[in-house]
Amino acid sequence: MNVLIPSALQSYTGAAEVEAAGGNLAELLVALDERYPGIRFRMVDEQDRFRRHMRCFVNGTQVFDLARSLSAEDEVIIIQALSGG
Amino acid sequence: MGELALLVATRKGAWIYRSDDDRRAWRADGPHFLGHIIHHLVLDPRDGRTLLAAAKTGHLGPTIFRSIDLGRSWSEASRPPAFPKAAEGEAGRAVDHTFWLTPGHASEPGVWYAGTSPQALFRSEDCGDTWEGVTGFNDNPAYAGKLGGTQDGTPDGAKLHSLLVDPRDANHLYLGMSGGGVHESTDRGKTWATLIDGMEVVTGFDASQWAFHDPHCVTLCPSNPDRLYQQNHCGIYRIDRPSNRWQRIGRAMPAEVGDIGFPIVAHPRDDQTTWVFPMDGTDVWPRTSPAGKPAAYVTRDGGESWHRQDNGLPGDGAWWTVYRQAMANDTCDPVGLYVGTSSGAVWASTDEGEHWRPLAEHLPAIYAVETAVLD
Repeated sequence: MNVLIPSALQSYTGAAEVEAAGGNLAELLVALDERYPGIRFRMVDEQDRFRRHMRCFVNGTQVFDLARSLSAEDEVIIIQALSGG
Repeated sequence: MGELALLVATRKGAWIYRSDDDRRAWRADGPHFLGHIIHHLVLDPRDGRTLLAAAKTGHLGPTIFRSIDLGRSWSEASRPPAFPKAAEGEAGRAVDHTFWLTPGHASEPGVWYAGTSPQALFRSEDCGDTWEGVTGFNDNPAYAGKLGGTQDGTPDGAKLHSLLVDPRDANHLYLGMSGGGVHESTDRGKTWATLIDGMEVVTGFDASQWAFHDPHCVTLCPSNPDRLYQQNHCGIYRIDRPSNRWQRIGRAMPAEVGDIGFPIVAHPRDDQTTWVFPMDGTDVWPRTSPAGKPAAYVTRDGGESWHRQDNGLPGDGAWWTVYRQAMANDTCDPVGLYVGTSSGAVWASTDEGEHWRPLAEHLPAIYAVETAVLD
């Protein structure tokens, strides 16, 4: 599936969009971390919570649960929250 | 001696300043990690070339960057400090940022310690690549539920800081917590004892409870590891081990200045000499230079008396702050002193604080300044 990467994480991916696979969001993030070591912990804390100023959307809907199932046709957008200023 | 460098960590990145032989001209190398919040940048004195940087951004989680070539290239820790995953149904703690980095004992190459917010202690055995919690501290029942979250204590969270390793004994550790006093281990972190006797707390709190103590910075005298100095939220202290009682030596400071501040620096060869950089701790705690007139204060008699050192610093209208990690010394003779300000300037003295001059200006807010001798 297509994953949009925010500018703050493109030092890991080298691209604004990458292709990755996973049956759910947790698996997708693991796959991204295997290919781009360290990227997951910048987005998700050790308790598997998205960090306070990070957001994830699947097909335009915000997702908080890493168990959210995914299919190859889904589009995942990871963005930095608009946190003021 | 190798090349003297100043490691400057700021709210928006890090800089390395390299000195000429007489500490007059400094060459800037940076920014490194532009836009990252760098809480601490530290060189490993055991090899003279490994740097660790504690980093995060406003959005991205915390990590540790490592360089083995003095900052020419960086890699990221493969396992930064992080708490264990909590059991199902429990909230669990998450590291907001690594605040403090300390190289381990000379006999333990590759060992580093890290203090975080929320307050916790981590250790690396592989030069900062992977980190594990020191369970004797982090999971200690005596501390359970009292180590604070990211919304407690200082504005961006209570911090575990002042990680000190006794140069005579790798097993002997000290640490300070902005929400929790001073603690000591003699078995490399397996067990801990509080070291708060004699320390004062804010009026109305119970001084016998370690969680109410707020040490800002603790330093150990390199020339006498049994002597520690402490800048606390409630005064300046000294302790001479094996005594367990701190003495408030800040009482001798001028009343109009007080004895509140963040940093404290010990002389590398004289245990009677230490420096502080006071701030305004009155009413709402402005945490600025008292009366807008910044100055270092030095004692050369173990705290019996203090001498103001403001020659060259702004005489008026300077409302900045020097944070707890932002004052450092070198080991030259005479000793050089360096302070980084919340307004983004570095001030330097090459004569033990008697005269100051600007070394760098217009940087982001400075969180930490360390000296280093590069290989």
